[in-house]
Amino acid sequence: MGPIARLGEYTLYYLYDLGRMGKFLFFAVRGLFARPFRLVEVLRQVRLIGANSFVVIFFTAAFTGMVLGVQGYYTLRKFGSEGALGSAVALTLIRELGPVLTALMVTGRAGSAMCAEIGIMRNSEQLDALVCMGVDPFRYLISPKVLATLLSVPVLTQIFTLVGIYGGYLSGVILLGVNPGAYFSGMEQSVLNQDINLGIIKSFVFALIIVWVCAAKGFYVHEIRNAGFGAEGVSRVTTQAVVLSSIAVLIWDYLLTALLL
Amino acid sequence: MTMADEAIIELVDVVKSFGSQRVLDHVNLRIPAGRTTVIAGGSGQGKSVSLKLILGLMRPDSGRIMVQGKDITSMRPGELNQMRLNFGVLFQGAALLDSLTVFDNVALPLRERTKLRPTEIRDKVFQGLEQFDLRGHEEKYPAQLSGGMKKRVGLARALQLEPKIMLFDEPTTGLDPERTKEIYRLFFDTQKHFGYTSIIVSHDIPKIFNLADQVVLLNQGKIVTFESPEAIQLSAGSATLDFLSKSMGDVYRSSELEGTL
Repeated sequence: MGPIARLGEYTLYYLYDLGRMGKFLFFAVRGLFARPFRLVEVLRQVRLIGANSFVVIFFTAAFTGMVLGVQGYYTLRKFGSEGALGSAVALTLIRELGPVLTALMVTGRAGSAMCAEIGIMRNSEQLDALVCMGVDPFRYLISPKVLATLLSVPVLTQIFTLVGIYGGYLSGVILLGVNPGAYFSGMEQSVLNQDINLGIIKSFVFALIIVWVCAAKGFYVHEIRNAGFGAEGVSRVTTQAVVLSSIAVLIWDYLLTALLL
Repeated sequence: MTMADEAIIELVDVVKSFGSQRVLDHVNLRIPAGRTTVIAGGSGQGKSVSLKLILGLMRPDSGRIMVQGKDITSMRPGELNQMRLNFGVLFQGAALLDSLTVFDNVALPLRERTKLRPTEIRDKVFQGLEQFDLRGHEEKYPAQLSGGMKKRVGLARALQLEPKIMLFDEPTTGLDPERTKEIYRLFFDTQKHFGYTSIIVSHDIPKIFNLADQVVLLNQGKIVTFESPEAIQLSAGSATLDFLSKSMGDVYRSSELEGTL
């Protein structure tokens, strides 16, 4: 095949892929409004995606906050403004690190599992079986995961931010001796509603990216170029999903910050 | 059997290719109602593709697929979904949902596609489990079952909505001779009981011919239809035998047509 034919083939494939992803999102969102509402399955997914991520989110947040406390303290001390530590830690966590690190941890923990689960269901014909029984796999399988991720990630993000702020308190105030009153009052004065809203918007956008990319990659494991078949296909597609979802989160983090700040 | 038998499924001039490989090349096929058609051929000869086309899981590149007189290739998703209520499918690996128990798997089509009350569903599921000798296993998960048991659960699930047409994808592949016999026996019992039209895709030649009213051989995108298994024997020594040994290797030559049942 000549280079031009190959370029054409790639272009067609990626256009097709784009269309497929769009279609996937459309059906997944439409499934959210179909009756009967699958409350039990949504709650089960909230437990898998959200509640089971609590420990990893807690530790990531605690140590991120502690590092911010230490780094912030030594940087701010040079300017004699250790009192601003609280607001520095809080703004960093609320606007950036809370949403981004939560999204990356959830991608690694729950997104990969979701992708592999759906991919295995595809390979073992479980998805075909659902279709043959007249059960819409989007409504039955995908939509509850979408809703559960949209519910879980913003909550986890807020938990991350809160735990991180106390992590910063632990290292900055208790260990390094910043005035505790200054830590919290500086935060009160500098954190605006706008900052909190930005963090919340980001967490919803990231949640959608995670569930969209990871679920769709698994769902189309049989059609993805060069993925291979069987177990190898699932493993490769899972890797792809985690990488793509993480990069998309970071790109959208920049775009949202630039657009909304 | 005569050609006057009503065809419940008809493939008209169907073409299906994957990339440059033509899997079905202008195929015409009639599946008579109430009978058993065996589709045989070597691996990669388009057997499973034929099933997927009949189920509307794939669309042909050209040609029509008529089910009960209606062309499914031009159906909208809603109509296709309704049409699939006529079908029951036993997948190669049984395609049970991993995350559901045996009971929930068998109950799935009733819960999703009927308005039966939970107690009625319970009764029907237990009746089905009884019929397939699965009582006492209802709380097990698919991973805890043997291959033969999985197939029995798959069959019980497929028959819950009393389909008019049953499709079997390699029903005996991966089973030992005892289990194979058991599946054949179940096939005879359930067909007598439910009176369904059946299509069996298999490379278990020649034993599978014992079940057949009509045999369809697939080779390199072309098909040859025999109105009975005996017709193959009669034409043996001619081009047919070449065709068989080419597509299935020596297995046909070395075995007797009268398999063990």
